[in-house]
Order: sequence, then structure tokens, then C-alpha cells
Amino acid sequence: MKLDQNRAPIKEALEELQNNRVVPFDVPGHKRGKGNPELTDFLGKRCMSLDVNSMRPLDNLCHPVSVIKEAEELAADAFGAGYAFFMVGGTTSAVQAMVLFAAKRGEKIILPRNVHRSVINAMVLSGAVPVYVNPAVDKRLGISLGMSVSDVETAIKENPDAKAILVNNPTYYGICSDIKKITDLAHSHNMLMLADEAHGTHFYFGEDLPLSAMSAGADMAAVSMHKSGGSLTQSSFLLTGQNINPASVRQIINLTQTTSGSYLFMSSLDISRQNLAVKGREIFRRVCSLAEYAREEINRIGDYYAYSREIINGDSIYDFDATKLSINTIDVGLAGIEVYDILRDDYDIQIEFGDMGNILAYISVGDRERDIERLVGALSEIRRRYKKDKSGMLISEYISPAVEMTPQEAFYAEKESVPLEDSEGRICSEFVMCYPPGIPILSPGERITNDIIRYIKYAKEKGCFLTGAEDMNTDRLNVTR
Amino acid sequence: MDLWFSEFHAKGVKLSIKITKQLCSVQSDFQQIDVFDSEEFGKFLTLDGYMMLTERDEFIYHEMITHVPMAVNPDIKKVLVIGAGDGGAVRELARYKTIEKIDLVEIDEKVVEVCKEYLPDIACCFDDPRLTVYYQDGLKFVRRCENEYDLIIVDSTDPFGPGEGLFTKEFYGNCCKALTKDGIMVNQCESPFYQEDRVAMQRAHKRIVESFPISKVYQAHIPTYPSGHWLFGFASKLFHPIKDYDGKRWQELGISTRYYNPQLHIGAFALPNYVQELLENVEGIV
Repeated sequence: MKLDQNRAPIKEALEELQNNRVVPFDVPGHKRGKGNPELTDFLGKRCMSLDVNSMRPLDNLCHPVSVIKEAEELAADAFGAGYAFFMVGGTTSAVQAMVLFAAKRGEKIILPRNVHRSVINAMVLSGAVPVYVNPAVDKRLGISLGMSVSDVETAIKENPDAKAILVNNPTYYGICSDIKKITDLAHSHNMLMLADEAHGTHFYFGEDLPLSAMSAGADMAAVSMHKSGGSLTQSSFLLTGQNINPASVRQIINLTQTTSGSYLFMSSLDISRQNLAVKGREIFRRVCSLAEYAREEINRIGDYYAYSREIINGDSIYDFDATKLSINTIDVGLAGIEVYDILRDDYDIQIEFGDMGNILAYISVGDRERDIERLVGALSEIRRRYKKDKSGMLISEYISPAVEMTPQEAFYAEKESVPLEDSEGRICSEFVMCYPPGIPILSPGERITNDIIRYIKYAKEKGCFLTGAEDMNTDRLNVTR
Repeated sequence: MDLWFSEFHAKGVKLSIKITKQLCSVQSDFQQIDVFDSEEFGKFLTLDGYMMLTERDEFIYHEMITHVPMAVNPDIKKVLVIGAGDGGAVRELARYKTIEKIDLVEIDEKVVEVCKEYLPDIACCFDDPRLTVYYQDGLKFVRRCENEYDLIIVDSTDPFGPGEGLFTKEFYGNCCKALTKDGIMVNQCESPFYQEDRVAMQRAHKRIVESFPISKVYQAHIPTYPSGHWLFGFASKLFHPIKDYDGKRWQELGISTRYYNPQLHIGAFALPNYVQELLENVEGIV
């Protein structure tokens, strides 16, 4: 890092604005909270007084020339990127900008099927064509892994005209593909390398963690600062590599970005970047050791399997993010989603998500040892009280999709609504996914198979929160005519 | 010198005690520990500014948290005490010659150190050969025990600090697992009077009801605790605190007490109507 990372230009500008006691005759209309005492009472005076609009001393997110520009340059420096954009529409908006930048209508992007819905959503907007590389699947754990390098090579050979390759770095479960090799492959075939790093902010600051996209030489990365980075929900970074022209990326971002960027979000990004740049190494050392401790204790309970770097296989699990506390629950005889529900309903413990066979507890800088003890204690109790035979449990989570149309074609096609049971063989025109993790079971343009119908029914029966379909209960699906 | 210790008992209520001297003030890894001296209450210990005990009224708390379960089952041999770094509960337990083993689990070693130095009349039994002290998280300790103790005493702080893990369902469930088939768990259960304490009391009771077949509540009068009206939980796998109680048998042990006696034992379980109602309100919801 070359710049003075102790600085936080947006924060400093906001402080100065407060010191100057400027009288506001601009929006927002709550006028530093005075106009909305109920909200001010709820959120706090300080918070409301910082909710201000773009003005000369505070710069403008759509066209930054002063403090936002400085803050973005500091962030780029901290992340080792060519440029860093402050994003206020969630990592979804950063992913959208990557996809819209990389491929226009009819152009291909090579990507794993276990992407977040925001990636395919962006393709509905742009009309780009997905070329799926089926991720490897771990049969025991029932989770999708990374892309193997040879599968990516095959996809490139079959689609030499593709414009970009996208990887998850890491997946929700903490699994990384060989991003360095895949980046080199992409570049040697004139393709852009994009990374969804929604779960990888800490790779840029911790030690002994998997390689970050920017260090691997990737061209763009969407980084959820609000996940492991500590900023406010919905604030995020879009990083670009040295060979990407930030001015053209900005034009793409401005297609869909608000013109009233929130200074709460922006200052949270600015301060969190400062914090990670200065103290990140120490912070993530602590997070790793908390996660490690939790894994040891959970594995000692029996039946639960809290996995870590031992599952690395050099290819589809090229690396593992040891800050992630992913726990397989199959041997307890409970689906992950069931453990997730029991933890919340009976023990007042909220974890990140549960799927068919796993749960993920998000460990961060905000955790204390005694909170970890509660989680471990509750898991031990759940096993004692609920353990049952595991036969009849559906574990394999990945169903290879049959893509018949581009997401955009299917989404905008003439469609009709049919009952789930009668949808076999039809082409789906909408998404179906469990949320979280938000990885589509079906996405627009894919043929509905019996396996998929069975899987959706099982997920519902186990209590998964199914989203994406127009029918709120996912009893019916929209299909093309 | 006009020096006062004050503690809020509710948003608009506080208890103040005139201090003659501050004896000790240390910040441990877990909390702020202070010992003061006063005319009215003698020496007293506070953690993070909350009153833990005073020399003047600690006997009430410590007698009630130990003699009630011991009198219900005088055959108790192995006891686990969680929290209680002040040593008061251990002092009472040590008077039962029939107890073979006492394990004390306290998260904060500093509390024991401070009490040994400044409150030696309370922390007087740390040398008892039956006692083993473990400095660790209570939840973690109990998680690893199975069918091991006849009695678990949960002498915790309030549920808004290092003690919060000791008010959780996972903790009570793990205690149940750690107890023998006729085991008893007693816990300090906050006060029914002020809103914040009341909510904590109800939550704790609800979770204990979910974890034990028998779950009753008894009371004592403790002047320096918020409202002075304090509750304890009596949870058990087998013994009913009244039906299985033999006051005579306890009296024959010849243990002299200043607060506890067999008539009071029965009376302590007779709760005011409003308290009964608060408990019933959460008993149905499982």
C-alpha cells in the first residue's frame, strides 16, 4: 500500500460539514433528522445528521472528482486494484456492472452454475449467454465445489468466442477454484476474468487465506465489504484490474446506479477500508482462530463435521477459506435447514443459512468466545435431543441444468403458469432458489426435470425458504408457451 | 467525605450506599471488579458496577442457593457450582460432611483472587480438599459432562454480561445432561419486580421448564438486589422440592443457619399471585 491508509476522506468531509453548521435548504427533507423526530429517536441523531445529499464539499458518486475519488483511490490502493468503485446497491450492483461490462446481447460468459442469482439476473438485463461449467460435487457433503481447470479449458475450446469467465472466489461454503490458472487461461484466450468475491473481502487483508482475485490478475471483482469487511449492509466495492479503463466501467455503473448515493453507506465503506487496511491482518487472525476453535469443539461433539482445509484436492477444491464455519449435519440425521430452524426457534441463535446437509455460521470480528460457546453448546444439545437415523435424507444438491434458451429470451418469452407437478419437460421462465444461499435451482431458460421437481418438493418439506418464483409458495411455475 | 456507590435498579430508581473507602478496583479480561467498604453493609463486591454481594446480606443469598437443594436431597455427593467466584456458595456446601466432591467453575480468575484478598470471610473455603476450581466458561465445562453431578448450582451474574451464556436453553439442557438421574439444578433467577429483571426471569424460567420435568421457583429477601425480592429456580429430574422434602432429616444434620429453616423452606415456594402469573404465562409456551 502506497497511500496513507489512516485517512478517510469521506468521513473527514462529513465531519467538516457538521463543524461548519451549514443550514440545509436541500434534500433530504428530514433536514438532519429535525423533520422526522420518530425516525431520529429510533436511529439516533448522529446517524440522521450524516444522511445528507451530494454537494460540492462531499463530491458526487456518479462523477467523483474530490473526496469520493480520493476515497476510491485509497480503496484501490488497499485492495491492490487498478481502481475501486464505491457501490451502494449491494454486491448485486457490482456483479451487474461486471456482467454488463463484459458481454452484450448474444455474447457468451463462461461461469459455474452455482453462481448467485445476481449474475443470471444481470444476463436477463443484458441478453448475454451463459455457458455453464458444471461444478464438481462433493457427494459426502452434498455441496457444489469450484470449477476444475480442465472443465474450464474444455468450455473455452468449445466456446472460443466467449468474452469472459466468471468464478466464485470463494463459494458461500468457502471453496475456491484455482483462480490464478483460470485467469491465465482467460487472458491467453482474450477473455476477461471476473470474480464474484461476495464472500472474499478478507482475502485482501488476512494472512494464509486463499488468493484474492486482484492478486491473481483478474480484471474485475465484486467484493461485499459489508460481509466480512464490517461496513453497512448494501455497501460494496467493485474492483478493476490494471488493464481496465475505469471511465468506461463508470458509464456502465451509472446505467443502473442511484444518483442519490447514501453517505451512510459511503462513509461506512471509507471507514471500514481504513480499518481493514490498518488492522485487517490482526482482525482476521482472530477470526481464523475463533473459527478453528469452533471447528475443533464441534467435531468433538460427534456426528457433525465442521470441515476445513483437509478437503482441499488441488483442483475443484483448490483452496478453502478457513474463516468459514461450514458444518455438515447429515450424520445427525437432520437437514442443515432443520438445524438452522432449531437453533433460531429453540436457542435464539441465528446462523447464516442451512441447506439440505449443511449449515454455515458466519464468524467475524464481532464475535466473542462466549458466543462461540453458545453455538457449540446448542449444537451439542440438538444432537442429544434430536439425533435420528439418516436414511432417506436427500443430500446431493447439484442438478445439472439443461439450458434451452438464454435467460433474457426465457424471461421475456410468452409464458403461462402451471402447477409444479405438471411442469416436467417445460422451459422455466423464472428463478427458483432457496434463500439463502440464493443459488438458483432453476433459472430462466432451463428445462424442468423430474429431479428438479422432486428436489423443490423436498426443500419445501424440510422448511427451506423458496424464492424467485412469481407464485409466493412455489406451488406453480411460470413456463414458456 | 461524601462518597456514594449508586446502582440503577430500574430506569428511574437507584440504590445508593455511602462508601467509607474503595478497597480495590481492577479490570480483568472479562469485567470491571471493585470492592468498597461501607458503614451499613460492610465490604461489598461489584462487577461492572453491579452489586454482587455485601458482607451484611450475603448470608441470605448463599444459604438459600445451597441449603434448599441440599435439604431436599441430603444424599447429594457431587456438586458443580458455576460462577460463584466469591466462594460464598462453597462455604455453605463445605458444611455438609456428606458431600464428597465440589467442582467450581468460574470464568474470571481475578474475581477469586480479589475475594480471597478483600472478602476472606466469604472466600474462606478455597482450601477445602474436596474443592477443585476450574477457570473456564461454564457452558463449555458443562457441555463435556454427562451423568456426573447430583447438584448443579448456577450462581451467575445478570444475563447482560459474561454471565449471559448461563441463561440460555443450551446451558440448561447441558446441565440436565450433566446431572445424574435424580439430579437437581438450582439457579439464581433474577427478580420479578422491575421490567428488565422480570423479562430475564421469565425467559430463564421458560427455558428451564423446557429442559427439566420438575421446575419450581422460590424466593428470598435480599436487601441490596433490585427490589429486594429475589427468585431462585429449582429444577429437578426426580425430587419435588416440597413433596419430597423432609425438614426433620435436615435439622438432624445440626447445621446452624441465620436465614434458612424448614418452615421457611416451605414458605419460600409460596409465591405471590403476580409472580405465579408471570411464571404461568411462560410455562405453557413451549
